[in-house]
Amino acid sequence: MNLFKSQKFSLSLSKFFTYFYLTLLAIIIIYPLLITASSAFKAGNITAFDLSFDANWTLDNFRRLFTETLYGDWYLNTLIIAIITMVIQVAIVTLAGYTYSRYRFIGRKRSLMFFLIIQMVPTTAALTAFYVMALLFGALDQNWFLIFIYVGGGIPMNTWLMKGYFDTVPIDLDESAKLDGAGHLRIFIQIVLPLVKPMLAVQALWAFMAPFGEYMLARFLLRTPENFTVAIGLQTFINNPMNQKVALFAAGAILIAVPISILFFMLQKNFVSGLTSGGTKG
Amino acid sequence: MKYIELDLKRIRNATLLSIIPGLGQFYNKQVFKGIVFLSVFLLFIVEMLGFGAEALAGLISLGSTPGEHHSLFMLIEGSLQILIIAIFLLFYIVNIFDARKVAKLWVENKKVNTTMKSIMVNVSDSGFPYLLTIPAYLAMIFAIIFPVLVTLLIAFTNYDFYHIPPASLIDWVGFKNFFSIFFLSSYRDTFMSVLSWTIIWTICATTLQIVIGIFTAVVLNQKFIIAKRVFGIIFLLPWAVPAFITIMSFSNMFNDSIGAINTQVIPLIDSLLPFIDLGAIPWKTDPFWTKIAIIMVQGWLGFPYIYVLVSGILQSIPEEQYEAAKIDGANAIKRFRHITMPAIFMIAAPIFITQYTGNFNNFTMIYLFNEGGPGSIGAGAGSTDILISWIYKLTTGTSPQYSVAAAVTLFISAFVIIISLLVFKRTRAFEMED
Repeated sequence: MNLFKSQKFSLSLSKFFTYFYLTLLAIIIIYPLLITASSAFKAGNITAFDLSFDANWTLDNFRRLFTETLYGDWYLNTLIIAIITMVIQVAIVTLAGYTYSRYRFIGRKRSLMFFLIIQMVPTTAALTAFYVMALLFGALDQNWFLIFIYVGGGIPMNTWLMKGYFDTVPIDLDESAKLDGAGHLRIFIQIVLPLVKPMLAVQALWAFMAPFGEYMLARFLLRTPENFTVAIGLQTFINNPMNQKVALFAAGAILIAVPISILFFMLQKNFVSGLTSGGTKG
Repeated sequence: MKYIELDLKRIRNATLLSIIPGLGQFYNKQVFKGIVFLSVFLLFIVEMLGFGAEALAGLISLGSTPGEHHSLFMLIEGSLQILIIAIFLLFYIVNIFDARKVAKLWVENKKVNTTMKSIMVNVSDSGFPYLLTIPAYLAMIFAIIFPVLVTLLIAFTNYDFYHIPPASLIDWVGFKNFFSIFFLSSYRDTFMSVLSWTIIWTICATTLQIVIGIFTAVVLNQKFIIAKRVFGIIFLLPWAVPAFITIMSFSNMFNDSIGAINTQVIPLIDSLLPFIDLGAIPWKTDPFWTKIAIIMVQGWLGFPYIYVLVSGILQSIPEEQYEAAKIDGANAIKRFRHITMPAIFMIAAPIFITQYTGNFNNFTMIYLFNEGGPGSIGAGAGSTDILISWIYKLTTGTSPQYSVAAAVTLFISAFVIIISLLVFKRTRAFEMED
């Protein structure tokens, strides 16, 4: 009886610590997000985020964002870069991933190793090279040059992941379709592609999100404020200690974070299978 | 298969003739293929005479008259030419092997495609995989390989703020930049302290996010928990919200005098826990505390990815394994060590490694939090700069040191590649299936 009691006690103790940990972690996550978000609705020139609810609430910051700053331009620039990057990269990576999963050809293994190695090269660190290239091609301050770098840089890793996912689609399907007389393209488009939709969605989301967060190259290669992306633009609101526009920053941040988070949660179910299948198989 | 003397001669002839691409194919009676190969060869000769030779000469001299010769453009055109030659060499080798292979087919009396139509059919069939990967290779050549090649070359020049074309010339200086980084005291000291902080940062921050991620996944995987989905969604938020936004917010929150951490969180902790009196912490002005803050914020940002990954793996472990272990008398800790951990590492080890290499080059976190500061440790680096943010400062500062930055870039690339290859070999995670 005594034993039973102590077991019960330790079970409720572990329950207590479980909930304590989960709640604490939830608070640590929500707190910074909440005080940033709430600052977007505060009137007056606030200089720091904090959790106070005695402010004057207003939507004025959003109006100022679009009338007094270049935020609209930045948003549009980033959207254009993100969408084009996403479309081109997903197309290229899908073709390459499919090929590496389905065909056996000379140089396959070697080039797969090559993808794996080149994937580790931190391309953004080749700042000077990109700068010189931009000078030669007249691409300084141009969106297309960034798109070009983002697309190329994402290919090796994502081809690996894509190939891993294609590997999970049984090859019998292709073979029976081949017996029915379907050609290369028809097997690819009509049989296999529909089965990898989850991974396509994940790849598209990541390719889309990357340009929103990339700072180093965009900061160095984009020169006029009208051509900035949101990451660089928003930083100009807070990196000048004399003239901080913290509330404007918060308002601008919300308009990015909310749509991206919604997309993220819509596709979140696909993440796990995409991640694990890509990592384990060669 | 054994060949007689005559056959061997045929094969040798085809191989020797293909020293001029196309001739070997003509010899094999593949006229169409021969014409295509010969035209590629002629095209390359024309290109070499028209542009290539001059580009290579320019690459070697980097110009002689300031104002007239633009050393940078000469350097980049020269590297483009190197790339073209490399691609041609690849074609050249393929050409020789092709001639040899087809000659063998003739000798063995096997079917050889000689007409244009049958060759086209053959190309579209066996060439299909190559065709599909061409876009990937083109994009990688120009967005990765070419920049790396240019970086490699720049690292051996004296390109800096004293030498900015077209006003002045750039010259080759051999290993001078590498020598400065490793042996010259002004650069060496900075390099060594930036490198050691980069390694400490990578190990601490990444291990922290992995530990929190695994722990959270295991805790949340218990059956009795209510509102699992709510917690699950909250724990994903740091991943869902773009990192640059949260880093900039944290940067504001960790401000020494007005930030929320010092004005709200620490007073709250002090009042809740009677034995602790933290007081205001110099998060942004003391290098030690800045480092602590950066590592904690990265733990916050990075754990959801691991958490999602590990949750997925946990659900795939069959329940019977735990039941069997329980019957054998294994306690919770033993079950975790012998069932859960091996399962996680078997699947997730390669992803953990990419997390380490990712943080090694996590420019956004370091730069957006405190711009690598506080203070300076010489040669343009701040006290929390990691190698990649130092490169950024060397390149974008008021007195840019492009060539030194390029040398450091080469160092990081080599470092990251060697370390990850070693680990990949050990974990055997990337073994090919065939």
